[in-house]
Amino acid sequence: MSIKVQNLTKEFDGRKVLDNISFTVEKGEILSIVGFSGSGKSTILKILCGLLEPDSGTIDIDNGDVAMVFQYSALFDSLNVFDNISFALQERKEFKGKFTKEELKEIVKKSLATVGLSGIEDKFPHELSGGMQKRVSLARAIVTKPQFILYDEPTAGLDPVASTVIEDYILHLRNETKATSIVVTHQMSTITRCSDKLIMLYDGHIVFRGTPEELLKQDNPYTKQFVSASIEGPMKIAASGY
Amino acid sequence: MANVKLYLKQSLTYQITLMFLKHVREFFETFGNIAYRFCEVLKYIITFQINFKQLVEQASRFAVDSLPITLSIVSMTSIIIAMQIAPEMVKQGAKDYIGLLVSLTMVRELGVVMSGFAIISMIGSAQASELATMRVTEQIDAMKALKVSPFKYLFLPRVLSGFIMMPFVVIISSALGIIAGGLTTMAAVKDVTWLCYITSVWQGLYIRDINIMLFKAACFGGCISLVSSSCGYDAKGGAKGVGIATTKAVVWSFVTIVVVDCIFAVAFYF
Repeated sequence: MSIKVQNLTKEFDGRKVLDNISFTVEKGEILSIVGFSGSGKSTILKILCGLLEPDSGTIDIDNGDVAMVFQYSALFDSLNVFDNISFALQERKEFKGKFTKEELKEIVKKSLATVGLSGIEDKFPHELSGGMQKRVSLARAIVTKPQFILYDEPTAGLDPVASTVIEDYILHLRNETKATSIVVTHQMSTITRCSDKLIMLYDGHIVFRGTPEELLKQDNPYTKQFVSASIEGPMKIAASGY
Repeated sequence: MANVKLYLKQSLTYQITLMFLKHVREFFETFGNIAYRFCEVLKYIITFQINFKQLVEQASRFAVDSLPITLSIVSMTSIIIAMQIAPEMVKQGAKDYIGLLVSLTMVRELGVVMSGFAIISMIGSAQASELATMRVTEQIDAMKALKVSPFKYLFLPRVLSGFIMMPFVVIISSALGIIAGGLTTMAAVKDVTWLCYITSVWQGLYIRDINIMLFKAACFGGCISLVSSSCGYDAKGGAKGVGIATTKAVVWSFVTIVVVDCIFAVAFYF
């Protein structure tokens, strides 16, 4: 259950956002993709998830379901938590009619319990806090028992404590579901706590590959600049699409 | 040479041409997208993959939400027509044809078209802004990521509900329009009785007209939902994008209705 990406290229309006990107994520591993805003991190996830077509390159994902957790949760605001979580089970062709209402209730309850929530099935997304929405979004992603989970900035917009909770659940889900995960993030805490390995993108290229420990060693000029959050360095803000 | 190129690029003619070509491209893009989504919706109808829960929800919204405004607009239009033509027709000695004129106007044209306009403003704009909001908040992406087709879940129930419910809305509104026209006629002209008006209503009205009206209404309903949903689905950016998509949906729906109306007129009455 690994993901192999080779020579992935994607252009938007004449600008190469991804230029020959290659990486591999082994089964059960968590890979973090880091980099400036606009460096193509989310584009990689959208391509892996099938939301975008690459211009060239190959993606080899072993047979299995790919789930994605969106940056701003992307919960369906006209549906309550129960319908949000059970959406795929109710609407997807392979699941449709497979579960009774009672079974669905039980599955949703379990999914919510996995992310530390209970008794909110009847609430609507606007009635939940940002952190709760993120967790419901996690519960929705894992309800189909996916082999691959893609997280697009899972801690964006959350306070440090809520971020830690989400990071804990990312690790917990990996341990529980053995899913292969890719996390797009800017947060150093998410990188150091959750990642087995990481890649750093800049101007469409991978400028660093390694482990979180290697990132912190700061012997690479790109990682040095990223970790120290400095304006000075090889990465120029204009090139990253700010 | 470089200076000439730069001069040309900065010239007003160049800018206007560029803008015109951009609009032409956008027009064909929108038209192509609508046609493609129509085919997708048709595919799901043919294979009978209909979400009945969503269909019932959308159908009730389509009919119930739009009914007050549709009834108001159509009956007001009928009142205005009756108010203006009734005294004139009595003067010309054609008081027996007032009902006929009002009913023909309502059934053949204004009942359907005015209902269509009311539904565009009430339902079409709501559908467009709903889908546009879903697009800009990544809800549609999330739906795709969950391997659920937005065409099946979002488009199909809306288009089908428009196709099914619009004839009901038009029947009710046209009937009310004819009644309102009769009451106005009686109030405006003393010589015309209710019986005289109702008798004249049926003089030139045939079942064929009613059938065409119902079919036209169904097509209008389907078109409004398809065009509005499609424009909403293509929204880009944030709040501004939602606004642009909604405006585009309303404009395109109006134009579509007028074009479809012309096609019906040519096909059935020319």
